[in-house]
Amino acid sequence: MNVTPFVLLELQPVFIWLYQLLEKIGLSGSWLTVASYTGLSLFLFGLLSVVALFLVWWERKISGHIQQRYGPMRNGWHGWYQTIMDGMKLLLKEDIKVVTRDKPVFFWAPIIAFVAAFVAYVVIPFGKGLIVADLNIGILYILAVTTFTVISLFMAGWGSHNKYALLGGMRSAAQVVSYEVPMVVSILTVIVFTGSLSMVDIVNSQSGIFFNWFIFRLPFGPIAFLTYITAATAEANRTPFDIPEAEQELVAGYNVEYSGMKFAMFFLAEFINMFTVAAIATTLFLGGWHGAILPSWLWFLIKTLSIVLLLMLFRWTYPRLRVDQLMEFAWKFLVPLTFANLILASWMKYARWYW
Amino acid sequence: MGALRTEEFIVNMGPHHPSTHGVCRLMLTMDGERVVNVEPVIGYLHRAIEKICENRTYPQCIPIMDRFEYVTSMSCDYAFSLAVEKLAQIEVPERAEYLRVIMLELNRIASHLLFYATTAMDIGAVTPFLYGFRERELIIDLFEMTCGQRLTYNYIRIGGVSRDILPEFVPQCRKALNVIKGKLSDYQGLLNENPIWKARTKGIGVMSPELAIAYGVSGPNLRATGIKFDLRKDDPYSVYDHFDFDIPLAHNGDVFDRYLLRLREIEQSIKIIEQALDGLPEGEYKTKIPFRFKPPAGEVYSRIENSRGEMGLYILSDGSTKPVRVKARGSSYNHLQVLPEVAKDCLIADLVATFASFDVIIPEVDR
Repeated sequence: MNVTPFVLLELQPVFIWLYQLLEKIGLSGSWLTVASYTGLSLFLFGLLSVVALFLVWWERKISGHIQQRYGPMRNGWHGWYQTIMDGMKLLLKEDIKVVTRDKPVFFWAPIIAFVAAFVAYVVIPFGKGLIVADLNIGILYILAVTTFTVISLFMAGWGSHNKYALLGGMRSAAQVVSYEVPMVVSILTVIVFTGSLSMVDIVNSQSGIFFNWFIFRLPFGPIAFLTYITAATAEANRTPFDIPEAEQELVAGYNVEYSGMKFAMFFLAEFINMFTVAAIATTLFLGGWHGAILPSWLWFLIKTLSIVLLLMLFRWTYPRLRVDQLMEFAWKFLVPLTFANLILASWMKYARWYW
Repeated sequence: MGALRTEEFIVNMGPHHPSTHGVCRLMLTMDGERVVNVEPVIGYLHRAIEKICENRTYPQCIPIMDRFEYVTSMSCDYAFSLAVEKLAQIEVPERAEYLRVIMLELNRIASHLLFYATTAMDIGAVTPFLYGFRERELIIDLFEMTCGQRLTYNYIRIGGVSRDILPEFVPQCRKALNVIKGKLSDYQGLLNENPIWKARTKGIGVMSPELAIAYGVSGPNLRATGIKFDLRKDDPYSVYDHFDFDIPLAHNGDVFDRYLLRLREIEQSIKIIEQALDGLPEGEYKTKIPFRFKPPAGEVYSRIENSRGEMGLYILSDGSTKPVRVKARGSSYNHLQVLPEVAKDCLIADLVATFASFDVIIPEVDR
């Protein structure tokens, strides 16, 4: 399987070569560590910014085509640099600050949202050997840091000194905390089988033919996948669970008072979060970067973007749930289902009824 | 630790808010997510339409009446023309009446499509918004072809209509109706069986028939509670008695019924227009009225069924060229008043859904 012409396109050798280059110019010890990680983080930051810009454009095109219109068409081929122009506009816009805001809270909220969106990528394997740090608690680390998002949303709601924003912040806190439970239990189902929290181990346990992907581990694999996707949609605050920023009820929810670059940071963080949940779903359920013929990072991208596409289709097809229905759905349906699934999976693991 | 101290707070929903279309302001007393009290504050779109009419001659009033309720402005034109024709006892040619019915029903379809678009969006489904507007565009094109206007038509005049339809109107109209007929099932397929849509609309914003009658609710909102009252059947005007059509009825009086009822009314309107196109008589499209038109002194009240409910128009004339007093009755005014009763003690999302399903148009409330 590895002997294909595309094997030359694997990116791992490039990074190894760069690392050796750093060694050659005389860096060693802690300097080498600092230099390599700085380079990697800058690279990741640039990559993810491009991904976020692309996703914004893609979402606009998809929504446009679902709604029988074109979407952005003016800037470049089918408006491909529309989001870059939008970002520049937001950078140049005045940063309007409400006089009654809670200054430090208002200031730090978008920054925390932005940072929380990025730090999860430290442990996501983008391809064969393409992982910044293979932490042995990888998935636990992701769950821990992505929860920072809810703190930032609540801070934004509180700091804005606006009733709509406060309602949005309250809603997001309630929602994300509730949906954390089914999401974590769905992920636990995977961990029961791999016996490891490390993202690399999880991916490796799904190697080989694609029936080894976790989603094909009948019967609990598909259930865990669906519950994870549902809960993750809520985690990423996307329709039908987008009540924190429900436009028709709360105008814009927590980010109603934000303008200029601070708004852009929330906006980009939202899209990066969407990519994060898709990347986690790919890694846990769809075999990560495993796949035939094409290079590994391309497989990762294809799978992740397919899930992103699914989330976008949800958004542009469904109405929005009400806040109490959302809670009922989480606690009365998803939580029992995921726990039953986890128990079933553990029992099957114990009885060795799996392949 | 003692009980958590909570307090009610007031949220001003509007006048600039995405789901209070136009400039309605709702003062909400909220207890967390729960709406304790709703108080509509009106008057942000007051243009003194009734007063302006007092300073205009009768034909000049019609463009003003267009602005009374610009989503179905044909019906406002018609209510005014009907009142003046009743007062001056003007005979209207049959072709003109047929053209009026075609335009009124087309306008009703356009208005209901707009309702579908905005209600779906208020409940969070963004895509139907564009779908509703797409089909509405076909009807607006027909209006543009006939009278040159897309929103405020000024087409139905005293004694007839402003101009005859073009020869290509009839085929294009049939084509548009066929498209809309096909799309209606698409619309319903997108929402009717959707579990989220059902959860958001069924049993929400229930209005009892007694409450509806007490507040003077009319139109689809009344018929959704199970009361069969439609002026096209109960107090026929124009040539509606020539056509065979049903009045759709629902019984629960919730958001879902109000939504479904309007979609079913579109089907009936299509039926009426097809019959009218088939039986369109030849002849004059207008009775000539004198340049300085002076109806006899007296008072008159005309009422018609427009897409929202009963649209009434009262004119007091002293025999001069200008009316002494014009009073318009818009059904949205009653529908907005019943909102605090219906939406008491619901969640803010339900309030938005209920408000959207009433199909309140603010210019009609504020005049």
